[in-house]
Amino acid sequence: MTALLSLDAVSKRFRGLIAVDRVGFTVPEGAIFAVIGPNGAGKTTLFNMIAGAVAPDHGAIVFAGRPIHGLAADAICRRGIARTFQLTRPFPALSVEDNVTIGALLRRPEVGAARERAQELLHRLDLFDKRRRIASTLTLPDRKRLEVARALATEPRLLLLDEVMAGLRPTETDRMVVILRALNRESGLTILLIEHVMHAVMALAARVLVLDHGTMIAEGTPETIVHDPAVVQSYLGAEAV
Amino acid sequence: MIARLTTGVVRRSTVLLALLLGALVAAPWFVNDYLLTVLILILYFAYAGQAWNIMMGFAGQLSLGHAIYVGLGGYVAATLFVRFGVAPWLGLLAAIPIAAAAGAFIGFLAFRFGVAGVYFAILTIAFAEFARIGFDHWDLVNASSGLFLPVREYAHNDLWRLRGDPTMFYYVILAATVVAFALCRLLLRSRVGYFWLAIREDEQAARAAGIDTFRYKMYAVMISAAVTAFAGVFYAFFYNNLFPEQVFGISRSIGIILGPIIGGVGTLFGPILGAFVLTGLAETLNSVMTAFGLDLPGATQVFYGICLLLVVVALPDGVWPPLARRLGVAEDGK
Ligand SMILES: Nc1ncnc2c1ncn2[C@@H]1O[C@H](COP(=O)(O)OP(=O)(O)O)[C@@H](O)[C@H]1O
Ligand SMILES: [Mg+2]
Repeated sequence: MTALLSLDAVSKRFRGLIAVDRVGFTVPEGAIFAVIGPNGAGKTTLFNMIAGAVAPDHGAIVFAGRPIHGLAADAICRRGIARTFQLTRPFPALSVEDNVTIGALLRRPEVGAARERAQELLHRLDLFDKRRRIASTLTLPDRKRLEVARALATEPRLLLLDEVMAGLRPTETDRMVVILRALNRESGLTILLIEHVMHAVMALAARVLVLDHGTMIAEGTPETIVHDPAVVQSYLGAEAV
Repeated sequence: MIARLTTGVVRRSTVLLALLLGALVAAPWFVNDYLLTVLILILYFAYAGQAWNIMMGFAGQLSLGHAIYVGLGGYVAATLFVRFGVAPWLGLLAAIPIAAAAGAFIGFLAFRFGVAGVYFAILTIAFAEFARIGFDHWDLVNASSGLFLPVREYAHNDLWRLRGDPTMFYYVILAATVVAFALCRLLLRSRVGYFWLAIREDEQAARAAGIDTFRYKMYAVMISAAVTAFAGVFYAFFYNNLFPEQVFGISRSIGIILGPIIGGVGTLFGPILGAFVLTGLAETLNSVMTAFGLDLPGATQVFYGICLLLVVVALPDGVWPPLARRLGVAEDGK
C-alpha cells in the first residue's frame, strides 16, 4: 500500500509549551489509523496542523505525494482532507440538511445535486429524520454525526475524526464503528481518528499511534500497543480499557 | 431561472407576495402626493436595506458605512449627467463598477489583513468618512456647496433621463425593489448563498469545509456595493441635490441598516417589512406632531432608538421571522 499521508518531525509550540514534538508517521492509502493518548497530549493540535488550522513550526506534512504544510485549511480540504471538530462546530442557525449540503457544494456546484448527496449521507449517519432540525438544537451525539456527515460531503480521500465517539452511548458507538468500517470498505476512504473509546480503536484501527506530552511513545498494531509497558503506564493504566 | 425563483416557495407566500405587489402597483391611484412620497421613501429604504443585507445578513460582514456606496453611485451618475449630459441609466453602468471597486478595496484590506467583526465595522465607517471629506473638497462635484440637478417642469415623464413626477419615481423604485428581492432570493438559493451562510455561521468551520472564505466575502462586499449604487443614483435624481455632508454621513449608513434589523437580518422579506414599519411609523409620528403643532427636533431619531430597543429586546430576530411563522410562510429555516 502506498502512503497517503506522511508526517516527518512535525512540531508545534504554544508560547512555552511544546504541544507536538517531532512527530512522524505514515498512513497508508485505505487504512484506518488511530491516535490515542491522554488529554493534553497534543492530538488535536496534530490534527489542526494536518488540516491547516494551525501551521507547524517545523517538519513536513505530505499528502498524496505533495507537501501541504503551510496551506490554508480550505485549500487542504480541496486537496482531499476533511476533518471534524472535537468541540463540534455545526453552522448553528442552519438546518441539518443545509449544513451537509454546504459541504457537498464543494464538489457539486449545483444545489439540487448537492442536496441529493447530502440526503444520502444523512441516511448513512442516521440523521435523515432530523434533516429539517436546526443544527443548534441537536443533542451532542447527533452533532457528532452531523460533523461526520458534513466532512464526508466534501468527498475526502482522508477523513480526520477528532473524538467522534466521545459522549456516545455504547450502542451508538457500535453503530458509528459499523458506519465507519463500511465507508472504509466500500469507498477505500482512509481514516485517521483520535479516540478515547478503546474498544472502538481496537475494532477499527489497523495501526495505533500513542502520544504523550507531545511525543510519540509507541506505534504499532492495536494488540502490541495495549501490551506496551510505556503505554499502559502513561495512558491505559489510568483509563478503563 | 423562473423555476429556480419559485421552487420551495410555499404557495401561500406566493399569493401573499402577489397581493402585496398588486397593492403597491395600484397604490398611486389611491394615495395622495404626500403618501406617495412616503411610499417612495419606504421602498428606497427597502431596496438599500436589501442590498446591505447581502453583506451582513447573508455573509455576516457588518458594514456601518454603506452610505459610501450610495454616495458614490449618486455622485457618479449625477456628475456624468450634470457635466456631460449622460443619462442616469448609462451613468449607472459607471456607478456600479466604481461602487463595486470601492467595496473590493475595503474588503481586500480588511479580509487580507484579518480585520474582522467590530474592527471591520469601524473600517467601513472610516472609509465613508474619507469619502465624505474627499468629496467635500473636490471641485468637480462642487465640493461642500453641493451638486444640483437641473429641475424643470417636464411636459411628460422622461424615464430615460429620470426626470418626471413622483409617480414615475415610485414605479422605478418599486421595480428596483422587486428586482433586488428576486436577486437576493436567487443568490441565497445558489452555491454562493450557501457559502455566505456558512461563513456567517462559523468562518473556521466554513474553511474546513473547503470554502475559500476570502473570495466569497469579497463577492459579498462587491455585490452588495454594486446593488447599493443604484440606491444612490435614485436618490440623486429624485431629490436633485447631493451634499457630501449628508449622503456620506454616518446617520445615512445607520438609516440603511435599521430597516433590516427591525425586519429581520438575513431574511429576504425583513428589509422590506422593516422599511414599512420604521418609515411608516416615523412618518405617522411626524404628521401627528405636525397636526398638533409640535416641533421637536430629533424626535424621529429618538423614535428610531425606541423602535430599535423594543425589537432588540422583544424580537431579537426581527419582526419578520415570528410574523412569517404566524402567516405560515416561514422561509424554510433561514
Ligand atoms: N491554540 C492554543 N494555544 C495555546 N495552547 C494550546 C492551543 N491549542 C492547544 N494548546 C495546548 O497544547 C496542548 C495539547 O492540546 P491538544 O492538542 O488539544 O491535546 P489533546 O487533543 O491531545 O487533548 C495542551 O496543553 C493545550 O492546552
Ligand atoms: Mg483533543
